Amino acid sequence: MNIKNIPILSCITGGKGGNSSGSMFNFKYLLLAATIALFIIMFGIGSVSFRGFFSLKVFFDLFIDNPFLFIAAIGMTFVIITGGIDLSVGSVAALTTMITGTLVEIHGISPAVVLPFVLLVGSLIGFLIGIMVHFFKIQPFIATLGGMFLARGIALMINTDSITLNNSFFKAVSNYHIPVIGNAFITINVVIILIVVIAAIILAHYTNFGRTVYAIGGNEQSAILMGLPVGRTKILVYTISGFCSALAGVTMMFYMPSGNPLHGVGMEMDVIAAVVIGGTMLTGGSGYMLGTVFGVLILGTIATLINFQGGSVNPWWIRIINAALILVFCLLQILFEKKGRKIAKS
Amino acid sequence: MAGLKLKNIMGKIAGFFTAASRSGLLWPVIFFGLILLVNALINPGFFDIEIKDGRLSGSLIDIMNRSSYIILLAIGMTFVVATAGIDISVGAVVAISAAVSAYLIGGTLVVENGVQQYVSFMPMPVAIIAALLIATALGMWNGLLISRMGLQPIIATLILMVAGRGIAQLITSGQIITIYYKPFFFIGGGYLFGIPFSIYIVAAVLAVVMFLKKRTALGLFIQSVGINKTATRFAGINSSNIILWVYAFSGFCAGIVGLLVCSNNKSADGNNAGYNMELDAILAVVLGGTSLAGGKFYIMGSVIGGLIIQSLTTTIFSIKEIKPEANLVVKAVIVFVVCLIQSESFRKKVAGVIFLREKKSL
Repeated sequence: MNIKNIPILSCITGGKGGNSSGSMFNFKYLLLAATIALFIIMFGIGSVSFRGFFSLKVFFDLFIDNPFLFIAAIGMTFVIITGGIDLSVGSVAALTTMITGTLVEIHGISPAVVLPFVLLVGSLIGFLIGIMVHFFKIQPFIATLGGMFLARGIALMINTDSITLNNSFFKAVSNYHIPVIGNAFITINVVIILIVVIAAIILAHYTNFGRTVYAIGGNEQSAILMGLPVGRTKILVYTISGFCSALAGVTMMFYMPSGNPLHGVGMEMDVIAAVVIGGTMLTGGSGYMLGTVFGVLILGTIATLINFQGGSVNPWWIRIINAALILVFCLLQILFEKKGRKIAKS
Repeated sequence: MAGLKLKNIMGKIAGFFTAASRSGLLWPVIFFGLILLVNALINPGFFDIEIKDGRLSGSLIDIMNRSSYIILLAIGMTFVVATAGIDISVGAVVAISAAVSAYLIGGTLVVENGVQQYVSFMPMPVAIIAALLIATALGMWNGLLISRMGLQPIIATLILMVAGRGIAQLITSGQIITIYYKPFFFIGGGYLFGIPFSIYIVAAVLAVVMFLKKRTALGLFIQSVGINKTATRFAGINSSNIILWVYAFSGFCAGIVGLLVCSNNKSADGNNAGYNMELDAILAVVLGGTSLAGGKFYIMGSVIGGLIIQSLTTTIFSIKEIKPEANLVVKAVIVFVVCLIQSESFRKKVAGVIFLREKKSL
């Protein structure tokens, strides 16, 4: 099956990833297809096994309960496609909630001022990390690890306790439901996710910036020799990830109106897992934003399935199943890549 | 002739300088010294070591004792990093090793003939060996995925990192297992000849590792795998097996740390045992001068890196003006400063390489 022949899918996924012959693309699409198929199968299993699982409400809840994962994972996908990694996402999100909580609740500043400010702070942290990665050649792992410590440390220094957001704006946003069909509804967060995903797809697949991102991941030296703006793009990618992390923090507050310095502990690993399950290669150079969306949906479905089981299944199985999925998808990636290379050779 | 002589002398001086900076220990030692100096200025009794109840006690002993976890993990991590890999699963392996040993030892207080006795579920050596074996096997699992299946190190170890805590929770049935078997407490909390026993463990592992590095070609093999895996294989060295055993050793080290943590806390907590330890261990390795890109590695550098991290924590907790929450911020600043300094020295290293070539041609 060639998804490229299906007009809608091909327009969503674009076709700018990678750099070699058409046959390579098919294998890459195959991986994306595998991710989507897995999601459909898992949702199908749930629908068959549990009464009330197959509903729009359960499907929308996957978005409503994990908005931060979606948004952080989109930012992370850009970073990973360039061959980097960002460990700071959870801490930056926590810092965002703490700054907002302090400024809004204690200093009484309007959220209309505070929210743009925290998004700027997140972007700035990402920007600084990008500068270190590009200009000082510090490995992304270490630079973002430093960013992680820094953001979490500042969040803890602001206040070690959680701050409840009593501001009417946050209450109103978190309680605001947009009715869709029947009794199913979505929240503001879901709208934010949609906007971010669409923007990311356009940015990754239909702009020069996006093409440069893929080129850097494919081969940075070649990208430099081709005269692409590698440095600028790399710094921008970390800035985008910082922005997305801050936005993830904002959606946390819309989901649960409170600031907590321990929000999002370990979130970076869930985010990386979602990106990998979504078919993005950690070596960089290939991956799809849509895959990442389905990666998060799969993680969400696993958690929902375990919840539907009630007390009969140990919740720790979630982690083990997640790990198994990452393993399967990585092995699939390797398999497809090898086959793709063989076909490209012949 | 005279010109050549002058060049020789100049070369020797330059060579000494580059050797000092190339040994990799220069910056870590300077940093460690600085932290100790700051401590000594703040607290005049910092370097005092006194004997209390037949045990040495003092800030330095405390730092050495507490840094044993990071140092052990960092020693294992150094080899992994030298092969251009990374092992982010060590924290989870620590949790599993702690869970296994706690599960096997358990222990209850039994009164026999009016005498209180501590009875373990399994003999202690069995539990220790089982925990270490399982930790090594988990390391080998990482190694197999990386060397045989061709997975990237960060992904392969991410899998175990994600699954590991789940496995630890399954072993302990989601609860914190408390140990009531006294002899086991000696490993992590005991003293031998007045010195904490964990320091002996670190010293023993370090001695074995240094022996292997200095007296065998293993260090060279590991280094060459890190520089170019394929070239190493063509040179007749089994790169895959070296990678496999490097990860196995990292798992083994994490296993030891799991025993220490479990013994010191007298319990096993699948959630918090070894939490974020992988990050500290990687940090120690990087602070010690080993590049994450692989190749040349500095075991003593990693040891000093571990000491730096621990002494930093101790310093922050001992200064009352600084909130303990500041620990992470200071750590972040140190990471950035050290990495930037090492990045600045990049040029010097390049100069050193050019100079070495010149020397060879002479």
